[in-house]
Amino acid sequence: MTEPQRVRVTGPPRRRPAVRRVDVDEDTRLGEVYLGSLMRAQLSIALRTLAVLFLGVGSLPLLFWLAPGLVRTAPFGIPLPWLLLGVLVYPFLFLLGRWYLRGAERNEASYADLLRSDDEAP
Amino acid sequence: MTLDSAPAIVAVTLVTLATLTIGTWGLRFSRTTSDFYVASRSVRPGLNASAIGGEYLSAASFLGIAGLVFTSGAEMLWYPIGWTAGYLVLLTLVAAPLRRSGAYTLPDFAEERLASRGVRRLCSLLVVSIGWLYLLPQLQGAGLTLELVAGAPRWVGPVLVGTVVLVSVFSGGMRSITFVQAFQYWLKLTALLVPVGVLVAVWGSDGAPRANDLSQTWSLPMGTDGPAGLYATYSLIAATFLGTMGLPHVGVRFYTNPDGRAARRTTLVVLALLGVFYLLPPILGVLGRVYGARPASADTLVLELPRLMLSGWAGDVLTGLVCAGAFAAFLSTSSGLAIAVSGVLSQDVVVPLLRRRGSRYGGVAAFRIASLVAVIVPVAGALLTPSVGVARGVALAFALAAATFCPLLLLGIWSRRLTAYGAAAGLVTGLVTTGSAVVFTISGWRTDTWADVVLTQPALWAVPLSFAVMILVSLATAEHVPPHTTRLLVRLHTPEPTLEPAVAASTQR
Repeated sequence: MTEPQRVRVTGPPRRRPAVRRVDVDEDTRLGEVYLGSLMRAQLSIALRTLAVLFLGVGSLPLLFWLAPGLVRTAPFGIPLPWLLLGVLVYPFLFLLGRWYLRGAERNEASYADLLRSDDEAP
Repeated sequence: MTLDSAPAIVAVTLVTLATLTIGTWGLRFSRTTSDFYVASRSVRPGLNASAIGGEYLSAASFLGIAGLVFTSGAEMLWYPIGWTAGYLVLLTLVAAPLRRSGAYTLPDFAEERLASRGVRRLCSLLVVSIGWLYLLPQLQGAGLTLELVAGAPRWVGPVLVGTVVLVSVFSGGMRSITFVQAFQYWLKLTALLVPVGVLVAVWGSDGAPRANDLSQTWSLPMGTDGPAGLYATYSLIAATFLGTMGLPHVGVRFYTNPDGRAARRTTLVVLALLGVFYLLPPILGVLGRVYGARPASADTLVLELPRLMLSGWAGDVLTGLVCAGAFAAFLSTSSGLAIAVSGVLSQDVVVPLLRRRGSRYGGVAAFRIASLVAVIVPVAGALLTPSVGVARGVALAFALAAATFCPLLLLGIWSRRLTAYGAAAGLVTGLVTTGSAVVFTISGWRTDTWADVVLTQPALWAVPLSFAVMILVSLATAEHVPPHTTRLLVRLHTPEPTLEPAVAASTQR
């Protein structure tokens, strides 16, 4: 019979916390600066996503309003409004969402890096 | 009762039994884990997203869209687009911060953010209003469905759905609701996918006929009545894109995510699930045109189409399937809303009332009393008010949410200057403007002028107005910015500290 292998259980290292939030948790000037930069970055990617949404989808009623002749075009035998609004819009929304998700996670990763490097400084 | 109604009765019975069985099974499952809430926080994005989809795809999605496309054409495609894009707006601006706030309901969020009991009560009033407004068309749709497919009197549907919802809430179904809702998403998808597949094959074997009146106006993606049509389309876009985040049963679900990051990932999966589902209803609407359907009302097209295109047992089976899907839609959305409304009613009305009377009842008893009120009021409303059509009725609830909770959430999450006074003023503005529009629409009274369109589709002017009032009053009362604002915003926007790097480092040693 083999004994189960011994596992060493340790807590998180005490010298270097993963992310130190003391500066930010308190209402300090430094905290405000950090928060401001993260919020700006996150708001910027959100607004860029929504701008693409508005240009790509929100403009369609106006487009067909200005050029009603487009209704008669029928690529693949499906009239253009049905193709755009009934089918293509959904993959578009999903891909836009995925693009946003990656950007937002990247922003958070660099924010965590910023805090960590700040902790390492003397 | 005729033989015609057999498939529908079997389907409705099976869905009801499956819902109650999965609810009980899920309850047992959640009891074996040491702590239910720990378990619920480890709900994977896939399961959680199915549950969100199951709760969100209401009768308006299952029956309403196909009917509206059938009667009014391509402009009605904006309903499903808006209901999906609303989740994209939610993803970008609200999902992760709302999860990190730790607030379970919108009134909780408002109180935490603004430290004001008054704003909290206002939000509770709004949750109940939006919830009831959203429940109304669901229950009316249930009445219509059972009348058509089972020959039942109109009141049977609302009473049956109300009873099943109450039973599941009373038996503690709240804990197991995730499994029920997830099951109902896949049931609804199947109940639409199979009929669409079969009926499209039938259409193909009939030589793929085209509709005689597939006219150009039917394909126009906005209203045909001049600038008013364009206005109505953009107003619908504003209501649905911005209203989704403020629906009572949507916000609650974000708490079951482990953290903000998972909340975002869940929302992305929801976008995919909704996108797949919404490909289907318009196909049924178009097929209805091609085969010259004459449904009893627009909302019953989906239920009547299988028998119109197929005779014999195949038509019966497909009819049973769509009935099952429709009933799952009534049940899942209604129970999600009933739970959200009961939670708020018990916290902010029943418990304080009981306490004032010196009663010892609290917690579960209060929740049950609240759920009785939460279900009986809209059931009575559904029996007493005329139906405005399930998709249009739901759109009013979206407009109310867009003019109230959307400004509150966006400014609460992204601005450091929001004050309780500003929030209250904006919420009251949104409630008064869209509330009067709702009353106008349901009353059925019309002026036959441009005012009809402006009042039945209020979002395009009411939402900017609420934003403006909320911002201006906040700036005017700048000295009342809550002192904890920065600290709270840090929590909303900071990624949760991950333990993985530390654990990985220690095991390598």
